Amino acid sequence: MSTNKFFIAPSPHDYSKDSVKSIMYGVIIALLPALAMSFYYFGLGALITTLVAVVSCMFFEFIIQKYLIKGKITIFDGSAIITGILLAFNVPSNLPWWMVVIGSLVAIGVAKMSFGGLGNNPFNPALVGRVFLLLSYPVQMTSWPKPSNFDFTLGGYTDAVTGATPLGALKTELGKGERTVQDILDKGVDMGGGDIYQFPDYMNQMMGDLGGSLGEVSAIAIIIGGLYMLYRKIITWHVPVAMLGTIFIFAGLLHIAHPDMYADPIFHLMTGGIMLGAVFMATDMVTSPMTPLGMIIFGVGIGLLTVIIRVFGAYPEGVSFAILIMNAFVPLINKGCKPKRFGEKKAAA
Amino acid sequence: MLKTFPKGGIHPAENKFSAGKAIEQLALPKTVSIPISQHIGAPAAPVVNKGDKVVVGQIIAKSSGFVSANIHSSVSGTVSKIDDVMDTSGYRKPCIVIDVEGDEWDSAIDRTAGLNKNITLSQEEIVKKIGDSGIVGLGGATFPSQVKLSIPKGKTADVLILNGVECEPYLTSDHQIMMERGHELMVGTQILMKALNVSKALIGIENNKQDAIDYLKKISADYPGIEVHVLKVQYPQGGEKQLIKALINREVPSGGLPIDVGTVVHNVGTTIAVYEAVQKNKPLFERVVTVTGKSVSKPANFLVRIGTPVNELIEAAGGLPEDTGKVVNGGPMMGKALNSIEVPVTKGTSGILIFNKKDAARNEMQNCIRCAKCVSVCPMGLEPYLLMQLSEKSMWEGVEAEKALDCIECGSCSYKCPSARPLLDYIRLGKSTVSQIIRARNQK
Repeated sequence: MSTNKFFIAPSPHDYSKDSVKSIMYGVIIALLPALAMSFYYFGLGALITTLVAVVSCMFFEFIIQKYLIKGKITIFDGSAIITGILLAFNVPSNLPWWMVVIGSLVAIGVAKMSFGGLGNNPFNPALVGRVFLLLSYPVQMTSWPKPSNFDFTLGGYTDAVTGATPLGALKTELGKGERTVQDILDKGVDMGGGDIYQFPDYMNQMMGDLGGSLGEVSAIAIIIGGLYMLYRKIITWHVPVAMLGTIFIFAGLLHIAHPDMYADPIFHLMTGGIMLGAVFMATDMVTSPMTPLGMIIFGVGIGLLTVIIRVFGAYPEGVSFAILIMNAFVPLINKGCKPKRFGEKKAAA
Repeated sequence: MLKTFPKGGIHPAENKFSAGKAIEQLALPKTVSIPISQHIGAPAAPVVNKGDKVVVGQIIAKSSGFVSANIHSSVSGTVSKIDDVMDTSGYRKPCIVIDVEGDEWDSAIDRTAGLNKNITLSQEEIVKKIGDSGIVGLGGATFPSQVKLSIPKGKTADVLILNGVECEPYLTSDHQIMMERGHELMVGTQILMKALNVSKALIGIENNKQDAIDYLKKISADYPGIEVHVLKVQYPQGGEKQLIKALINREVPSGGLPIDVGTVVHNVGTTIAVYEAVQKNKPLFERVVTVTGKSVSKPANFLVRIGTPVNELIEAAGGLPEDTGKVVNGGPMMGKALNSIEVPVTKGTSGILIFNKKDAARNEMQNCIRCAKCVSVCPMGLEPYLLMQLSEKSMWEGVEAEKALDCIECGSCSYKCPSARPLLDYIRLGKSTVSQIIRARNQK
């Protein structure tokens, strides 16, 4: 009997079914509705760009792990796939493919692997890739294809005809200092040559029938993905609610104070990358705080910075910068926001 | 809304295969090895010699300190040796080995079946009797029970809490005890209430044991001051601090004891041992042990004499399955893995749990993805990921400052970690190192 060879390990002896893979593939599933809506509005370009980003992210991670680090290959843990999808979601669907490849290299190589790979990166890799592209190729990164329903030809991808984003059009027109917000939103903007850009109504903003980065347009699809992640307990409500709530209140206050100068808060929430940022980018586990209080501070900070950049800054959109700036504060937030210890002695009165 | 503790916790698969299995008396073994250290505190000092004849219930090793416990013979027979034998810790420890001859009990033990509800001993006599009978916490912690009942000067208890939670998956011994021995539990509770001089006792039971809740609620009507409280299933509700918080919403201070918030917690199995000691003059020499596992053919709850080799329990439950990968003494969350099944059952053995090869191995560790699940499940409000990092880097001051010593080692963090990181292993390392540092500091 004494020849039995048992496993010996300290407790616990039971483990939950959660794994890095199950979490990462859960996020990927949550991203699919937004991808589907993007395909609907931007056609094949959306799929091609996403595919290029995913394949190059996995490729670069493989090369770095195999030849530079000479370590374990973990490209199928799902994290590189997510980085690829999110990078694609943050660029126009007609961005030249080689720029997508460069963005992937920056995202994986610089933002992720140089810090030690999964779990060690302080900044959201997809956003680092996106901001790098925005600074390097500002023209291509701000030339958006017009949404067109169910155009399955390659036209959506290669067509040079570009449309505006609501935020960009509003910012440019407001910058001229001639018209009020309401006037611009109602009558549209002359893009030159008699081409009037009409702003999408709330319904179209909700569905995603508006110009913008590949995966950010459909608020409803992103919210569905977010609810799925909440159900799977991949994310908690703290960051998205804090961020969206802050934007609503801050933009709302500005709008009440000066309705002619500042757009209403619903317009802010529904346009640009706020929904994508709140649900998928700011909730990235690796680059967000560890405690509920920390997550709320983080979300509030992103919300404030986003509105400040959008309203007072040079860029029409500020979500990426806001998230990256708050990423830098995460270690500090973690240090300052401890969970309430059980049985903590109350400070002497 | 059912009551539970507010912060952290998990709900692993319950897998209570042996639920509802009546308690069976296990056949007497040929020899027993009774360790002299089955409790927290100083080992007992043997008072028998090789060749001595002993009877069931005879004292064979005496308590050797304030925190220590008497050990009684669980069988009648001859002491064949007093020697180092491997016990459940995997180390060879001093044991009194007895060859079994018949089953002759100490004549002082009342072996009649009737319930004795009439508590005649005084408060002091009860505490002394419990100490003399070698009773320790049977939930697994094995803390000597009379120490908990000796309330330090300046402190008072106003309520007794009974732990019928059995929050560990798989285990069913407490559940079965509550179902079969409810009246003895009630009288035992009254004895403990008298010992603590309190008029109120709460029995906390999780709502996965509805039959026990219904039964004890029904019979508790005849016992004034005893209330049965239903709790929502959540691990580690059987932890003293969590149970107190759940039942009476008091928080034991960091580094403190339940008595600091006016309560004392005893396990239901311990309470029945108290009944037997005080009312029937029967010391602690047997206990109920669950033998279970996914591949175990006959999961069961056995009444086992202390010192019986674990393999006899496994044989009685249908034998060691072919695909056995790990055998655990206790529950899956806090039990200890055994490296041999020839070790003896001790007072702290609440269950013998057999894992198949697939479930026995740990998953491969991956990078921390900072998902914060360990922080959210920690019932003590700690940050397991941080404690692990600090321990890995030998930053012991940080480990101490981040309250590693508050860790109750429930294992929720390691259970939940998607990257299969050995969080609790490192926290234990941190705790033991910090404890040594603190001891050294205090000696200066």
